[in-house]
Amino acid sequence: METTTAVDTGQRKNQIWAFIVTGIMILISFAYYKVNVYYMYLIAYIWFGFAYGMMLQYGRFCFASASRDLFAAGVPRMAVGILVALTFFSLIQATLASTNMSTFHPAPFGIHTLISGLIFGVGMVLAGGCASGSLYKIGEGNGTSFLAAFFGLCIGQAVFVDVTWFNFLVPQKWVDAAVVNAAARNIPVEKMTSSFDTYLAGYVWNQPTLQLSHTKAISEALPGAAKYFIGDSLLNALIPAALLLIVIYAFYSRKGFMKKRAKAKGGATGFGDEIAGIWNMITASKRTTIMGVIIGIVAGLHIFVMKGMQIKFGVANFGELLTRMGHAADTSIKGTVFDPGYWYITSQEGQLGGWILDKLGWNMRDNIFFGVNNGLPDPWRNPALWMSLGIVFGAMVMARLSNEFKFKLPKGELIVWGLMGGILMGVGSRPALGCNIGAFFIRVAGGDPSGWLYGTGMVGGAFIGVKFFNWWSERKMAKEMEAF
Amino acid sequence: MAMKFEKKGDGTYLLDVCGYVCPHPQIYAKKSLEKMSEGDIVEIILDNPSSVETIAQMCDQVGHDVMDKKTEGGKIYLKIKKG
Repeated sequence: METTTAVDTGQRKNQIWAFIVTGIMILISFAYYKVNVYYMYLIAYIWFGFAYGMMLQYGRFCFASASRDLFAAGVPRMAVGILVALTFFSLIQATLASTNMSTFHPAPFGIHTLISGLIFGVGMVLAGGCASGSLYKIGEGNGTSFLAAFFGLCIGQAVFVDVTWFNFLVPQKWVDAAVVNAAARNIPVEKMTSSFDTYLAGYVWNQPTLQLSHTKAISEALPGAAKYFIGDSLLNALIPAALLLIVIYAFYSRKGFMKKRAKAKGGATGFGDEIAGIWNMITASKRTTIMGVIIGIVAGLHIFVMKGMQIKFGVANFGELLTRMGHAADTSIKGTVFDPGYWYITSQEGQLGGWILDKLGWNMRDNIFFGVNNGLPDPWRNPALWMSLGIVFGAMVMARLSNEFKFKLPKGELIVWGLMGGILMGVGSRPALGCNIGAFFIRVAGGDPSGWLYGTGMVGGAFIGVKFFNWWSERKMAKEMEAF
Repeated sequence: MAMKFEKKGDGTYLLDVCGYVCPHPQIYAKKSLEKMSEGDIVEIILDNPSSVETIAQMCDQVGHDVMDKKTEGGKIYLKIKKG
């Protein structure tokens, strides 16, 4: 009886906390609206972030888990969830693109995307979560994820884009090209000081962008909306996702399923059983798969709403609204701030890190990333950062409602893994201009093949990370078993 | 903080991975099950909700039986029989 009462009290406490957090978010939203109607733009980011946070936590939706759990435990749950989300998101993306309501833009395509994904992939395994996964896990009270996000994605990323430590990696031809490209874009030399600036202006800006619907072959063969549905969605997302599902089934699920099936039928199995096996794999973790569907739809809706906001206020970037409200100092020299118009994770955390370092006296505006492109708004006026905070608080509410919230301070080896992983994720998200969400999920669904390049890198990095942890845990298990 | 893998008796084991976050609980769960014989039972104690889904699906695929699952005071207790 006592135990039941304690459980009830704990549940009630968690529910009260869930209501308090939700209430605070509502109050914050009203306060912003009261200050200026332009903050509707920022409020939209808050609540989409909140929704992402709830869905990520409920579905245990983590991109690190997708490849890591395949390699470490042979479990395809998360890989399936992501491919399902991708399928739905790509169809909505195509619908939005065909009605001119998409904010999607492809990224420069090159080997840097693969390398960047590889670094990020190792980092996400060490940190115990990808960029979005780390945020939802912070909402669950996970201190290791906080270390990874704060010191890696925030501070690490900001330092990375501002230092000259990597000049030894920069060839002279990039330096020369950077000068030409910067002059062509009227970028003052004092805003181009870091190694990353030279890489960006001298190399990345010279790389081609690719979106299948915009290629000559597809846009000529398929005029109108068909090019988005067939080029961007079917060819770039749906067919590769279906093929990947079949490969994952063949390597990880088929054997166990067919064994059970053969036993149940008492005889040979056929093609119908293979189809049943694929369906069984997709529905094995209903909460993940269902969340995959909903996340895909919400991510599409997010694009629609942000485009609607831009049309309503007659802007293309929130920086214009900040300027109208008298906060021009928040923006870059182009008058912009980081405002992706869709689900994105890492750049805004870099802005938070940059803002903190700037306040501590480190000039963070003398680079392209903050000074020219993304600005350095105060955190409370940073729309994309509010999306990240929304993810944390949305996940916190869901974790509280499920009685899964627990403060866990990072201890021992987890401090090392969290810091190392976070820094690798921070560094790995910059060269490709995005992370598991911005560089993989959004791009693949938008018809940009560079998303698959980043995803391939991530999977390769996860494989390396899992190999390392397998070796590490084997050592510890052997030590424990000495006593047997 | 340290993980604990103990032999509690004949064919029964305890794996305590409280405090650990992904991917450690699932890796240790897999490795401990690999070290055991068919029919042996392990009780796993963890406090990382995300790992539970993965461990449950791993057991389903390989043929281990999740005999019991309960949550108390933020900790999750799984009892698994190796199949």
